[in-house]
Amino acid sequence: MGVIDVANVSFAYEKDLILENINLAVEKEDFLAIIGPNGGGKSTLLKVILGILKPQKGTVRVLGKEPSKNLSHIGYVPQNTNVNTDFPIKVIEVVMMGHVGGKRPLFGYGEEEIGCAMGALAQVGMEAYADKKIGSLSGGQRQRVMIARALCAHPSILILDEPTASIDVAGQRDIYELLKELSKSVTIIVVSHDISVILEYANKAAHINKTLSYHDISNKEKTFPDHPRGEHFCEVELLQMLGSKKSADASEPVEKWRIKP
Amino acid sequence: MIEALSYGFIQHALIAGVLVSLASGIIGSLIVVNRMVFLAGGIAHASYGGIGMAVFLGLPIFLGASLFAVAAALLVSILTLKKRERIDTFIGLIWAVGMAIGVILIDITPGYNVDMMSYLFGSILAVSSEDLYFMGALLGVIVAVMTFWYRDILAVSYDSEYAALRGVHVRFFYTLILILSALTVVIAIKVVGLILVIAMLTIPVYIAEKLSNSLAQMMLYSGLIAALFTLTGLAVSYAYNLTSGASIIVISALGLGLFLLIDKVKRVS
Repeated sequence: MGVIDVANVSFAYEKDLILENINLAVEKEDFLAIIGPNGGGKSTLLKVILGILKPQKGTVRVLGKEPSKNLSHIGYVPQNTNVNTDFPIKVIEVVMMGHVGGKRPLFGYGEEEIGCAMGALAQVGMEAYADKKIGSLSGGQRQRVMIARALCAHPSILILDEPTASIDVAGQRDIYELLKELSKSVTIIVVSHDISVILEYANKAAHINKTLSYHDISNKEKTFPDHPRGEHFCEVELLQMLGSKKSADASEPVEKWRIKP
Repeated sequence: MIEALSYGFIQHALIAGVLVSLASGIIGSLIVVNRMVFLAGGIAHASYGGIGMAVFLGLPIFLGASLFAVAAALLVSILTLKKRERIDTFIGLIWAVGMAIGVILIDITPGYNVDMMSYLFGSILAVSSEDLYFMGALLGVIVAVMTFWYRDILAVSYDSEYAALRGVHVRFFYTLILILSALTVVIAIKVVGLILVIAMLTIPVYIAEKLSNSLAQMMLYSGLIAALFTLTGLAVSYAYNLTSGASIIVISALGLGLFLLIDKVKRVS
């Protein structure tokens, strides 16, 4: 049993089919990159996994249960953390929103929650900013705070939707380095546009454009045999290789691709 | 001016000014951070329908306005759930239709000739003891709700999608904020009138937002700044024989202008 099992899922808004017969098994401590064109269904799949959207067909299981029953095991970092930056709220208060369980004090916040939130901030290297107003941080710093908020629940799965959309290139690498470090203990799923960067860090990739094709990319040399070692991946060739099942199957032995039947 | 403090109606006006300022500081902060200013305006104007209803049926004005405003708030809450993308249209509708109903109900009330201007521009010098109890009780409820559910309301206001994922009952708190806003609007009508309510709910909040780094701090500062503006406005209105509600708003606007100027000078230097 995987950490997340998506079986035969189809989803449509009104009449437009967004996801068609999706099968995906995420295993413990995977670092899965979900890539694909805009409108291809990446965020929709995330929302289905989180139980925000209910698929018309098929089932989703998170640690063997319905997503809504196991939400406390999922840490979620939403897209667009740049909204509401005028909001008067301290970093530590944002992080404590992620806290789950434990006894809640009658007013305010408990010692345990504050400790947990500071621990999560330390994990992302932001503990010095605990009392700063969230709007005074840079985009990259804010993104770290959102990751800390997700970590505050001690999740076994961390799901991020476009975590680097509004961050400069250096900041993007920092975020991915952080995720790589976290992936030693937590299963990570990232939806991303910057495929060339993400694929250096991920060990599994799923390309979604209505249908899904799944690839094990833990061994980059084997997956991309023609590619010069250590050289930067060009987005176009990556998308061509990972996007269509046909070309992928043609260039690789079939058993390499763990596409569920 | 000191001898004025010995009059009962002036004392009532001062107490009402402070109570309403504190309530509108807290609720105004919530309205601003939740981007519901237009919505609060709609509820304020719709409550004129309640005033008309109360006049027509011979009910206490506060009761009629409160019932109507809360009904408008619930309607808005239901509509937001069903048709979020058209909500501004519906608010516009509630805004105008509520007022129209009020005007017609007053038209058809036989022999009614009280000055309706007092509801449009406030009548803080005509606050009764019962009004003060109502204001005090509402402030008590608001403070209790905010201390008890502060973190849930904070989570819903800051990031409602995430709050929902963490099991916070977003719809309940959204509706609760709307109902408290409706009731606050009703008591603020007594002080500044329904046309000026929005300024009372937003000007102090705008200043407080810049000075605070937490929602609780923003609510407290808003309340204190609103009280300062209200009391100053009352003094000005007494000294120069001007309409009290309008004086309070003009003083608030001058205060905001002064604040922005000082802020700018600080930034430059």
